[in-house]
Amino acid sequence: MDADPDLFKALGDATRRIILDELTDKDGQTLFEICGRLTMKHGLASSRQAISQHLAVLEQAGLVRSRRQGRYKFHHIDTRPLRSIIERWPIDREEPNP
Amino acid sequence: MRINITSVFVDDQAKALAFYTEKLGFIKKTDVPTGAARWLTVVSPADPDGVELLLEPDGHPAAGPFKKALAADGIPFTQFAVDDVYAEVERLKGLGVEFTQDATDMGPVVTAVLDDTCGNLIQLATMK
Repeated sequence: MDADPDLFKALGDATRRIILDELTDKDGQTLFEICGRLTMKHGLASSRQAISQHLAVLEQAGLVRSRRQGRYKFHHIDTRPLRSIIERWPIDREEPNP
Repeated sequence: MRINITSVFVDDQAKALAFYTEKLGFIKKTDVPTGAARWLTVVSPADPDGVELLLEPDGHPAAGPFKKALAADGIPFTQFAVDDVYAEVERLKGLGVEFTQDATDMGPVVTAVLDDTCGNLIQLATMK
């Protein structure tokens, strides 16, 4: 029984990984800023609706949280769900077993 | 045919005039009473005979939902050119102007997005 299907599905898409990269560069962005960075910095031609969908998938996985501030909505990265990966497959071993 | 006017829908013309002149630094060009509202335009001091920005009342019922939807997604209604976005953001923040996007290097252009206090987001841009 896989505990985190949403997490792995969210991370399985290149555009979603770039969204997480850009939120790591600058946390707390509007949809417009995210779209601008994907278009201008990465040459991605995704529509605004597509980026919205990607953000919904990331939110579902707990990797992005949206916050309403006044009339605006900002998106924040939340890497805490990634902890479950290293709890499942620890990375503290020095040497791989032959 | 030439483009002489562009407009922005504002919730209050007097408040808009104050913001667009005192904060952004434009100057009033035309101010004519037209019944309940005014034909009210501002221009850039760098181009006083250039394109005028009409501060247009947003009283139409469709304008409100449209402006709210754009603002929620952080989408600017229009864009103004500045020589140095980074410096302009600092200057405007000093005057209490709020930004939904700080100066950001987007490759060929550096942009920022501010709140005009009249229901719109405005993008500032410097082409490299």
